[in-house]
Amino acid sequence: MRRAHVAVLSGGLSLEREVSLRSGRRVADALEARGYQVTRLDVDDQLVVALAEGGFDVAYLALHGMAGEDGAIQGLLELLRIPYTGPDAIASTLAWDKSVIKGLWSRAGLPTPTWVALSSTALREMGAGRALGRVIDHLGLPLVVKPAQGGAAMGVRFVGAAVKLPGALVAALSYHDVVLIERFVEGVEVAVSVIDGRALPPVEIVPLHGRYDFSARYTHGATEFHAPARLPDITLEQCKAYAVAAYELAGCRHVARTDMIVDAEGVPWLLELDTCPGMTETSLLPMAAEAEGWAFGELCERIVELARDGALSSATH
Amino acid sequence: MRSLDPNLHRYATRTQGMTASEIRALFAVASRPEVISLAGGMPDVAALDVNAVTRVTAEVLRGNGSMALQYGGGQGLASLRERLCEVMAAEGAWAHPDDLVVTTGGQQALDLLTKLFCDPGDVIIAEGPSYVGALGAFSAYQAEVVHVPMDADGLIPEALRDTLQALTSSGRTAKLLYTVPNHQNPAGVSLSLARREQVLELASAYDLLVIEDNPYGLIDFKGEIQPPLISLAPERVAYVGTLSKIFSPGIRVGWVAAQEPIRDKLVLLKEAADLCQSNLTQAIAERWLATQPWYQQVEAFRELYRERCETMLTELEASFPASCSWRPPTGGLFAWVRVPDGVDSGELLPRAISQQRVAYVPGRAFYTDGGGRNELRLNFSYASRDRIREGVRRLGELVSDEIELVQAIYGDSGPSLAGGGPG
Repeated sequence: MRRAHVAVLSGGLSLEREVSLRSGRRVADALEARGYQVTRLDVDDQLVVALAEGGFDVAYLALHGMAGEDGAIQGLLELLRIPYTGPDAIASTLAWDKSVIKGLWSRAGLPTPTWVALSSTALREMGAGRALGRVIDHLGLPLVVKPAQGGAAMGVRFVGAAVKLPGALVAALSYHDVVLIERFVEGVEVAVSVIDGRALPPVEIVPLHGRYDFSARYTHGATEFHAPARLPDITLEQCKAYAVAAYELAGCRHVARTDMIVDAEGVPWLLELDTCPGMTETSLLPMAAEAEGWAFGELCERIVELARDGALSSATH
Repeated sequence: MRSLDPNLHRYATRTQGMTASEIRALFAVASRPEVISLAGGMPDVAALDVNAVTRVTAEVLRGNGSMALQYGGGQGLASLRERLCEVMAAEGAWAHPDDLVVTTGGQQALDLLTKLFCDPGDVIIAEGPSYVGALGAFSAYQAEVVHVPMDADGLIPEALRDTLQALTSSGRTAKLLYTVPNHQNPAGVSLSLARREQVLELASAYDLLVIEDNPYGLIDFKGEIQPPLISLAPERVAYVGTLSKIFSPGIRVGWVAAQEPIRDKLVLLKEAADLCQSNLTQAIAERWLATQPWYQQVEAFRELYRERCETMLTELEASFPASCSWRPPTGGLFAWVRVPDGVDSGELLPRAISQQRVAYVPGRAFYTDGGGRNELRLNFSYASRDRIREGVRRLGELVSDEIELVQAIYGDSGPSLAGGGPG
């Protein structure tokens, strides 16, 4: 069979542009090494023309953040009838907004830390600032404040004392107009990648200093990883089961990653569902794949072939 | 267990602060054309006569190619050093070509001087705010920076004296005073003549060596070029010059002018760092200064930046809330803006880039002590006047909106949003 022509999409104007470019470069190199014809595309106002005229068999989405993970590019690719990697537009839209996906999990009985969502509109026009005391009464301390949309831990702030809450809100609101204030769960950070409905070995994340923030994520060596995570088998299985449930609940396909924290009782609390998992040197999905025995290139190829298979099978119906 | 860096245990202690940063990642977006970037510090080289540079380069290769493509000496080409002394003369400083060491831009001069003088923990006094590239060099050698505030006339001598006294009484001494006395980056102010003398007196009383960094001396909007510190006290001052703002940053030609003992050691350090400056770019720079009307070129840059600066100031006046403040820059490339205390310019940057598509440098970058949260630097040398107008307008809108948001979140108990003077 002819090797497919793959458009690797990365960059764009998202705040995670730099991380995305790194993911895209690695994926493109790996696919080329495996014999694919690869075209690297940045996301700008020429994208639709480039996609429509490029003669691509598959688009590999190495995009992170807005317009890459929120369903917008997925919707466009569906219009252009170009098969693409990762969850479809609807699943992406559901997973992208943390208040939506946490709501889904919560309704389905999956554990996710209790949260309150606050919008800048509520703060500006409804006087929600006066309700912050109640938020703390309701959730307790410490808290985590995060933008409702976006990844890479950007804008995420840990709040240990009530006086720090307003500043954390201002910081998180700079990334998105809605923020989540979430109960902080102490425990082991774990990321579970799911490929084609099956969970890979959970990866345990141990930042050497402080928290798993942006710097700990993207500085080589600032974090140690264990794959599989050093947890009892029963807990590992639980993590995998929840990751698959989270994947299915949003209607994901091909690949997604669920981040969770396992508390002292062994309960995995789901934090977020990432539909365009990072593929950089410090990213979690490639580590999980390696623990499964797949080299990076093989992982990329599997994802591309899932997208092609899906396209072929839907074409035969 | 898996660490992503097998060399982790091997790195020198001085690299500990070198980590990935959210702000740096945001600038990857700021460099896209969709974003109006007032963040960088780039001269507008489009204003250069590239045909003339091409002719000069061809002349160098044709006339002296075997020299230009060969290794050179550690001190730099003598013929270039003679021309650089002419540049210094235009700035009001007299040096002998033997006193100069050519470096890869002013930045390498700062690196080599810090390497020459600073052991880990040594104290360097610097203006607050100070040039971010210098702070980076100081931090790479684990020097500790103590900031001294400025006002409209630059570094405040009384504050400098207090700082030096406080250091002395805690049993410490500062080794160096790092200063950008003309059109300072980022604050845009110049040290007055009276203060130049006071600062040098203090340097003498407390035995400080002064590093005078003068990249913007000739980019002067008011015709008030002050005598460089080195002309007032040559034995106290190591002078750093550069062609980056008056010719080209890509040519990477800077220099140090200093007394012989310092200069001799710098040559050894330069050789250890990179053997020698590129002969090719040195020869191009030499021919540029020798055969082209280089001072007219400086005047062209100066006029261009002065106009753009005026555009920026007019738009700041029109678009920024009254609780913000700034000083008209005396020259250089930057305006320094203060926003109310409750607004954190670092926290605001993501929204500036993603919503308003405008970028600036948050004030915190210019301090090592956590200062500058309510300050920010705007560049006016690179963007067109239309882009500057639009960028400042967007930023003003954003700052007004952020003030409202901070008010809504904190209520009456919050930080002051009234704003103060330009400090």
